[in-house]
Amino acid sequence: MSESKPKYLKLSGLEPLVVTPENNFINVGERTNVAGSKKFLRLVKEEKFEEALDVARNQVEGGAQIIDINMDDGLIDGKEAMVKFLNLVIAEPDIARVPIMIDSSKWEIIEAGLQVVQGKCVVNSISLKEGEEQFVQQAKLIKRYGAAVIVMAFDEVGQADNYDRRIEISKRSYDVLVNKVGFAPEDIIFDLNIFPVATGMDEHRLNAIDFIEATRWVRENLPFCSVSGGVSNVSFSFRGNNPVREAMHSVFLYHAIKAGMNMGIVNPTMLEVYDDIPKDLLERVEDVILNRRDDATERLLDFAETVVGKAKESKVDLSWREEPLQDRITRALVKGIDQYIVEDVEEARINAEKPIEVIEGNLMTGMNVVGDLFGSGKMFLPQVVKSARVMKKAVAYLLPYIEEEKLRNPQVGDSEGAGKILMATVKGDVHDIGKNIVSVVLACNNYEIVDLGVMVPPEKIIAEAISHNVDIIGLSGLITPSLDEMVHLAKEMQRKNFTVPLLIGGATTSKAHTAVKIDPQYGQAVVHVNDASRAVTVVGDLLKKESRDAYKQNLKDDYEVFRDKFLKRSVKKEYKTIEAARKNKFKIDWSTFEMAPPKTIGIQVIKEMDLEKLEPFIDWTPFFRSWELHGKYPDILQDNVVGIQATELFADAQAMLKKVLSEKQLSARGVFGLFPANSINDDDIEVTPIANGSVGVENNKKFVFRTLRQQLQRREGVPDYALADFIAPKETGKQDYIGCFCVSTGFGTAELAAEYEKDLDDYSSIMIKALADRLAEAFAEYLHKKVRIEHWGYAADETLSNDELINESYKGIRPAPGYPACPDHLEKLTIWELLHVEERIGVQLTESLAMWPAASVSGYYFGNPEARYFGLGKIKKDQVVDFGNRKEISVEKATKWLAPNIADE
Amino acid sequence: MANIQKILKERILILDGAMGTMLQRYKFEEADFRGERFKEWEHPLQGNNDLLSLTQPEAIAEVHRKYCAAGADILETNTFSSTTIAMADYYMEELVYDLNFESARIAKSVADEFTAKEPLKPRFVAGSIGPTNKTASMSPDVNDPGFRAISFEELRVAYKQQVEALLDGGADILLVETIFDTLNAKAALFAIEEVKEERSIDVPIMVSGTITDASGRTLSGQTAEAFLISISHIPVLSVGFNCALGADQLVPHLEVLSKRTDYAVSAHPNAGLPNAFGEYDETPEQMAEQIKEYVEKGLVNIVGGCCGTTPEHITAIAQLVKEYKPRTIKKISISV
Repeated sequence: MSESKPKYLKLSGLEPLVVTPENNFINVGERTNVAGSKKFLRLVKEEKFEEALDVARNQVEGGAQIIDINMDDGLIDGKEAMVKFLNLVIAEPDIARVPIMIDSSKWEIIEAGLQVVQGKCVVNSISLKEGEEQFVQQAKLIKRYGAAVIVMAFDEVGQADNYDRRIEISKRSYDVLVNKVGFAPEDIIFDLNIFPVATGMDEHRLNAIDFIEATRWVRENLPFCSVSGGVSNVSFSFRGNNPVREAMHSVFLYHAIKAGMNMGIVNPTMLEVYDDIPKDLLERVEDVILNRRDDATERLLDFAETVVGKAKESKVDLSWREEPLQDRITRALVKGIDQYIVEDVEEARINAEKPIEVIEGNLMTGMNVVGDLFGSGKMFLPQVVKSARVMKKAVAYLLPYIEEEKLRNPQVGDSEGAGKILMATVKGDVHDIGKNIVSVVLACNNYEIVDLGVMVPPEKIIAEAISHNVDIIGLSGLITPSLDEMVHLAKEMQRKNFTVPLLIGGATTSKAHTAVKIDPQYGQAVVHVNDASRAVTVVGDLLKKESRDAYKQNLKDDYEVFRDKFLKRSVKKEYKTIEAARKNKFKIDWSTFEMAPPKTIGIQVIKEMDLEKLEPFIDWTPFFRSWELHGKYPDILQDNVVGIQATELFADAQAMLKKVLSEKQLSARGVFGLFPANSINDDDIEVTPIANGSVGVENNKKFVFRTLRQQLQRREGVPDYALADFIAPKETGKQDYIGCFCVSTGFGTAELAAEYEKDLDDYSSIMIKALADRLAEAFAEYLHKKVRIEHWGYAADETLSNDELINESYKGIRPAPGYPACPDHLEKLTIWELLHVEERIGVQLTESLAMWPAASVSGYYFGNPEARYFGLGKIKKDQVVDFGNRKEISVEKATKWLAPNIADE
Repeated sequence: MANIQKILKERILILDGAMGTMLQRYKFEEADFRGERFKEWEHPLQGNNDLLSLTQPEAIAEVHRKYCAAGADILETNTFSSTTIAMADYYMEELVYDLNFESARIAKSVADEFTAKEPLKPRFVAGSIGPTNKTASMSPDVNDPGFRAISFEELRVAYKQQVEALLDGGADILLVETIFDTLNAKAALFAIEEVKEERSIDVPIMVSGTITDASGRTLSGQTAEAFLISISHIPVLSVGFNCALGADQLVPHLEVLSKRTDYAVSAHPNAGLPNAFGEYDETPEQMAEQIKEYVEKGLVNIVGGCCGTTPEHITAIAQLVKEYKPRTIKKISISV
């Protein structure tokens, strides 16, 4: 057991809180304290616990890392209120995720609180006030309940009110706790009593500085313990003058934190940014806090009168504009501020010998800082994209000067960049958010990007790669047919004797596919890169002259090992024949089944969907994922690591969404149909389109959806699903129904994105696409609900919250071609034909059957309560042949489209 | 008792497998559960597996013997539900002392029998302390989230009775396991500390939580690290996870523990996930293959099995881990 190792205070709610030096300062929420909040007291008295919970929730959302709960009031039963409120808090995961501070002057309330909280709490507080015996006994119980403790600087004589007494009491308390009780020293937190200053009484002049100095002594002499306190006390004599109080709080904290105070009760709205305190006020406040002058109090009082009543305006701190040029440029890049960049770059250009030096010198210095911060996890993707926006503006401003310089001085004007990278979304695919993010991040690292956009045919990629003499080719794709395109391109590159490395990325790609299918086709380096931060290091390694050969060899070896392992593993799986699988289909008891007929049969078109109605249906979690911020919304906004970034990104998204909605920048259209249907021949669904007033459908023509069935050999008793199992077979004589739909919110996205790109604003360009995608999903969710409740109406009495919608707790499913239950994209063609999707709402299918505009969703509706989502998994050749026959297409064609799902022989 | 702390530094210890799975093989019926002693009991008793320690002690001893023969170092007593709280279902609150005492005694006699045969591989008895069937920090009534069906105090009293009887019956270790609500476990630990203090003894404690599903949290909502912090106030022999998940799904959570605790780490996962009939069908080989990741990564000091595991599983695991070094333990619990 080593004593030298640092020990940190560790607390827990549903999630851990470890207090390390990096945390700097732990903010304890103080609004759930009846002694400190009149509102909370009133709510508890009136037993309005729901609203009282909101107070707690707001604090956690506002950034409190611990919440202090206090029920000490003469007019309420403190013990009962504490237990009742804590039990309710524990039932709210968004509150209970943080640790709880049980605050009372009565031991019975503290103990009752400790008995209902599973996490490691903080007890606030115990002291030597009633003597050592009681102190020891309470500490022992706290230890046994598993809590940390705040120890007040108080003893039998009274409260510590000067430096020496604070030290004397804390030293004694510490020794008793550690040596007598065996209390873990890291679980001890001292409250060294913050008292008011500038009261006019001489004996109070040292109150703040004594606390600060005692804090320093405690942290240096009592190993592993923490120091806390209630900060607002210090400014008590300036009640009513918030500007002065806020300045006093931040000055006090600034010095106390430096001395080692690492936890405290602070009202964040009563805090000024230290650097933003006006110089004259700062000087006077520091004089008082640090007791620097005899007349400090008088001077602050005089000054305070001039500050009274001045409304607090939200002001932007512009002091950084006074700093040296390079610092300003670096700051603009790191913070993503584009307001002054042109003026700063102009200043740099005038000073520079050649304009290119501004890019290679000033701007790259700044971008290197960005790169380092990103690489070390201190900056996040949305910030880097904002940095890139500033960089682009700066470079755009300089370009004409650089061109001019080149004309004047042709031999020396050319600069050698870090490398040139071609980026493209492959033929038939329209998704480019991920590709654009990687491009931006690479551009930030001084790589020149040749972006060919979306749906780029392989010939064009080859030709452009040659003409631009690129150093790397990067391919992206989201839908499964794109995988084949990538394999094809790798073959082409091999055939043309390319030597440049090939990067593979996009949602549908994987290391397994890259290793098994792409890598063997191309003799040069092939790398699967699925996040932007890794792209930078991979590209760096691929291009570094000294090490690139070794790196390539490593990659090749790694992929070979991976491939062997993968192939060996996949051999183990066993499959049954399609006949056997059909015999083991999912069986619904049709004899007792009656499907509710749709209220409206036939096709309906939504010509103009009101986007505002879709907003509540948005599932934000995938939005953050597209920016490489991982976590579930809304928890992600409070996340320890990415919370701040996520909050900022979310605010930007909300602002853009508001604009999109108020200015109707995007338009949304949808079409759906509900039809009589029955399953036939096990795996097919026969649909009878019926004309309804407004829309004509060719009479008598039946449509058939071909579904695919699971074949993987699984445990006895588990059925082999196909979507057709959820529709009543024709031979049952029962009439069943099916629906299908296509919705899009992408009309206008491409134009908006292009406009942003013209303004060199990649951040907004990526943002609008990500938002359009979310809106399309929301539209699909919204329409599904409408169908369930109104148009089909089989779930007319359904009431579900938005979360339940996202968790898919409703009856019936809406699987989409191209997704796990029906990975075959070909059925989209049937939907298009049946609904006349392109004619009616203008959504097109590319040659790979991606939808255009990209922000579109299509799929089926199954209303059976037993219908469920499943993954098809791999299928065998026999089903592929059978599928081809049923669909009347060649086996080659069927194999091509089903390739990602065909098991290896 | 041989020094388990010392052995833990030298090798990976094997905990036994499921008792319930083995008892199913006997196909005991109502009359077997009742035995002579409870022939006239007014309430049905079938399914009260813990009761078999009193009515079918030979069967219990036989299962223990099979696990010892399979290579288990630690036997769990047949007392998962032997608290007044869980026994209330059978109106057998009064029998709690007997149940725990007899179960510990049976396990101890089998352990002693094998220790005598193989002095170099001493067997230990861990008194199994289950979570009870009530939760102290969750409401069973969705419409009344502030309601609690059981209090800390009630749990503390019940656990204390169980602990005292287990120790009297000869348990070497106390195993607080299948913790789905950390507050229940804290009440058990509180009770153990009281007994330790009153008897002036020290007894090694194993703590084992349960991550209920893919969310990676306990039923009461804590992450693995938050759970660890919440039970770290008591010096323990080991901390770990058991039940609910198969061996491979436990890996990320064991990694958290292994990284964050200075104590030994234990794992006794289920034999995979239950199939459609609620049965566990992972074979010993399949399970051992997954456990291999634990030992290759050096994540555990104690490993065994929970639901669905059998002596065959334990044999496979014991064979496997022989070849591997245990995870390095920084701290050995000796309470003051």
